[in-house]
Amino acid sequence: MQFMLLFSRQGKLRLQKWYVPLSDKEKKKITRELVQTVLARKPKMCSFLEWRDLKIVYKRYASLYFCCAIEDQDNELITLEIIHRYVELLDKYFGSVCELDIIFNFEKAYFILDEFLLGGEVQETSKKNVLKAIEQADLLQE
Amino acid sequence: MPAVSKGDGMRGLAVFISDIRNCKSKEAEIKRINKELANIRSKFKGDKALDGYSKKKYVCKLLFIFLLGHDIDFGHMEAVNLLSSNRYTEKQIGYLFISVLVNSNSELIRLINNAIKNDLASRNPTFMGLALHCIANVGSREMAEAFAGEIPKILVAGDTMDSVKQSAALCLLRLYRTSPDFVPMGDWTSRVVHLLNDQHLGVVTAATSLITTLAQKNPEEFKTSVSLAVSRLSRIVTSASTDLQDYTYYFVPAPWLSVKLLRLLQCYPPPEDAAVRGRLTECLETILNKAQEPPKSKKVQHSNAKNAVLFEAISLIIHHDSEPNLLVRACNQLGQFLQHRETNLRYLALESMCTLASSEFSHEAVKTHIETVINALKTERDVSVRQRAVDLLYAMCDRSNAQQIVAEMLNYLETADYSIREEIVLKVAILAEKYAVDYTWYVDTILNLIRIAGDYVSEEVWYRVIQIVINRDDVQGYAAKTVFEALQAPACHENLVKVGGYILGEFGNLIAGDPRSSPLIQFNLLHSKFHLCSVPTRALLLSTYIKFVNLFPEIKTTIQDVLRSDSQLKNADVELQQRAVEYLRLSTIASTDILATVLEEMPPFPERESSILAKLKKKKGPGTVTDLEEIKKERNSDVNGGTESTPVNASTVSTPSPSADLLGLGAAPLTSSAPPPSTTGSLLVDVFSDSASVVAPLAPGSEDNFARFVCKNNGVLFENQLLQIGLKSEFRQNLGRMFIFYGNKTSTQFLNFTPTLICSDELQSSLNLQTKPVDPTVDGGAQVQQVVNIECISDFMEAPILNIQFRYGGTFQNISVKLPITLNKFFQPTEMASQDFFQRWKQLSNPQQEMQNIFKAKHPMDTEITKAKIIGFGSALLEEVDPNPANFVGAGIIHTKTTQIGCLLRLEPNLQAQMYRLTLRTSKETVSQRLCELLSEQF
Repeated sequence: MQFMLLFSRQGKLRLQKWYVPLSDKEKKKITRELVQTVLARKPKMCSFLEWRDLKIVYKRYASLYFCCAIEDQDNELITLEIIHRYVELLDKYFGSVCELDIIFNFEKAYFILDEFLLGGEVQETSKKNVLKAIEQADLLQE
Repeated sequence: MPAVSKGDGMRGLAVFISDIRNCKSKEAEIKRINKELANIRSKFKGDKALDGYSKKKYVCKLLFIFLLGHDIDFGHMEAVNLLSSNRYTEKQIGYLFISVLVNSNSELIRLINNAIKNDLASRNPTFMGLALHCIANVGSREMAEAFAGEIPKILVAGDTMDSVKQSAALCLLRLYRTSPDFVPMGDWTSRVVHLLNDQHLGVVTAATSLITTLAQKNPEEFKTSVSLAVSRLSRIVTSASTDLQDYTYYFVPAPWLSVKLLRLLQCYPPPEDAAVRGRLTECLETILNKAQEPPKSKKVQHSNAKNAVLFEAISLIIHHDSEPNLLVRACNQLGQFLQHRETNLRYLALESMCTLASSEFSHEAVKTHIETVINALKTERDVSVRQRAVDLLYAMCDRSNAQQIVAEMLNYLETADYSIREEIVLKVAILAEKYAVDYTWYVDTILNLIRIAGDYVSEEVWYRVIQIVINRDDVQGYAAKTVFEALQAPACHENLVKVGGYILGEFGNLIAGDPRSSPLIQFNLLHSKFHLCSVPTRALLLSTYIKFVNLFPEIKTTIQDVLRSDSQLKNADVELQQRAVEYLRLSTIASTDILATVLEEMPPFPERESSILAKLKKKKGPGTVTDLEEIKKERNSDVNGGTESTPVNASTVSTPSPSADLLGLGAAPLTSSAPPPSTTGSLLVDVFSDSASVVAPLAPGSEDNFARFVCKNNGVLFENQLLQIGLKSEFRQNLGRMFIFYGNKTSTQFLNFTPTLICSDELQSSLNLQTKPVDPTVDGGAQVQQVVNIECISDFMEAPILNIQFRYGGTFQNISVKLPITLNKFFQPTEMASQDFFQRWKQLSNPQQEMQNIFKAKHPMDTEITKAKIIGFGSALLEEVDPNPANFVGAGIIHTKTTQIGCLLRLEPNLQAQMYRLTLRTSKETVSQRLCELLSEQF
């Protein structure tokens, strides 16, 4: 996976994770372009699209769009489930997660993501194991 | 679940975020942020040392501001300080800030690396995890250099915790991707492969990604992973859905790991060991069987996960391309998905079938779905799905269904989305050519393309139809008749005018017998379009007209009248004006025989790979199209007479534009005389020229243009549809200055515009060129100027090459022309009397000092023009010196930095024989030789 973006229906970026080195300028350009493209798509359309030489996989959950860019060889459907598993993790951690949780606790959203995906690859798929790692960390916060 | 510690101490942060959210306008937001930045800055600079908590809070605020899209130029140091905190949360925020905001400030990198080193050595798994995450997130070369040796040790050490192993594996993967040179292979690799057997599925999941990437680059070294992966996969697919506990996802056992294992197996051919191979086939069959079972859950997650594994299994089956049974089963499965109610599955089925179509075992099976795919093209509501349908139709096309598929694509083109029109045009053009049994069908198809989507028909497409018509005499009459009819439409696309103009100019005579398409009618029809066309098209039409002069002497005067009109002869555009002048002159002075020779029908183009195909490859990326094409090519080579039967490595790199040199004056030798590109495999050059900065061979016509500048200093050096290069130069003694003007003729920006001057080593020592780079962006319609300062050190033979590379739209352009800096530019004329001249002439009688050339006149032998050329050449023209008044003599001094060389020249025309004798005498052999060479080309 090359990057993951979370943005709202209004186009506000809520989380960005880049797994390839890009300049800030490029990141902003890509974000702008993709947010526009994805928001312009209608609800029943397919969750995949070709974009530059990448494949975009996206899904909307309530007011948030989750959008991943993967490479040609990567599997679209499993990426869709990566998104879902991440949503489940957030949901379990925050208890019915909503956009506000991610805004106010953005650092937590990043920590959870790092436990789940690293370097753009799935690191741990077990929900229990991911949350255990985060809980342990929370305990250390005393 | 931990109560989410919303108030875990960073109340200030929450307040700040609320404030930002409450801002009514962008201005208010910026104001609030600036206030906060000022506050934080003063806190960081203040005398009072900040405690860890405050530091963490402020660093976190800065991070939030950065993620909102604002620039942050301080706080890095404080974040680095947090790394060495003993409190986990402070450390964690520090690492997060570094991961998101690191820049290559070398001083900081050293400090960061130090902190990471300490954490890696701490043996505290949570700290180690944080450090590894940070390395994986940043992944810079500095970090690779510092840690790539250490991480493999952590990965394979016996006492490393599972979670740390997982992070270490993926961390190493990231470093290997950015800096493979820093990752040492060694003993650890075999131990990493054995992680596929690990008890902990999380460790296997992470390790599989690492092994896959390593195996792609070093297949030999990781070969043992195949059997391990197969047995791991087999255990997963045969497990009951509860066996794997938390690694089962919606009743699908370990879908992520299964997909990764199937990906890993795609790095290798089918296993050689029969037992392993049998076991893998069993796995794949099980996966295909499961697809037919009733779903264990109605949730979309269940079907997605199950199908993710299925699609990956199908990819592996296609990759192996060895089990007909599996391939056909895969195809049937995808066939079912083509009509599935889930759009996602229809999309993926179309995509996956594209690759199946290229396997000889399943090509026929794919073809049976043609009606469904055509239907998808018509009814799918999502353009990305329709695009896949177009791709699949293209992939499944062969001789048996080409007419149907091309017709459907043309049909679809009328309503197709703008974003994919150009690609469809290319595909139709390729299919029509490739599967044409009857070339009239081909001509009709291309004209239809121009009619339906003229704006999207690129040069390559219409060049190609002309090449084919010229090469096949069975279709020329039909083509002439068809374009003639198509041109009758009151509004026709300019591309049609181009094709029509070219074809009628060559083959208009084939239909001139019909009074409805008599020469005059043909001419009037074309000329009625003339004024609506752009300059390049008009230039092409002027060439058609001169060709008509030869084909149809009866309308010569009509054409001459047109050429003579002010709008042509005094046209503001140099190219048009020049063509009008030259063609008019040619039609007036040349005899019918000469006209017939000069304006002869174009010789056949050398057979070569279609430039359209090259363009499509460029558009789609080299991978996909190439493979498909190559495979099909092999399969179809016997059926096809056209381009396919010729070897692909035929000589040419690019298609010369027919408009550039319609008359073919020198076109034939030019393509072959152009130096071959330095890379082998000319086809690849076409596709990859983008990345490899290969210098293009000289543009067609470059030699001619070069010769034109020997006796003049200003003018247009090069011009094509996109770019015009003009020159203005001045020389004094051994110095000169040349202004090069690059004009963008399009309305689109040129990007990465890079002109480069190339001198051979030899030339470099005698000619010193200095210039500054130009702005890499050239706006549409704009002109940029480059100044070259020139110093002649000693006499020289060759000319520098000007290479220009840039991106236009999606395509990469690479043009080379010879830059007319020639030895004679450093001439200073010398006047002298007859006596002096012959005295010196005699002094230079040594055979090495004289160079003589006898040659046929290439231009009319006009005294005034000859005089002008000799003066333009740079020497003085000495009147009344030679006893024979018909002869011309000249004298001058060539100035170089090291020396001055006196030169005398004598040109003796022989009108009757239409020949010249040119004699050069100078004090230096190479100078005599070069000047003689240059000047001989001028008459």
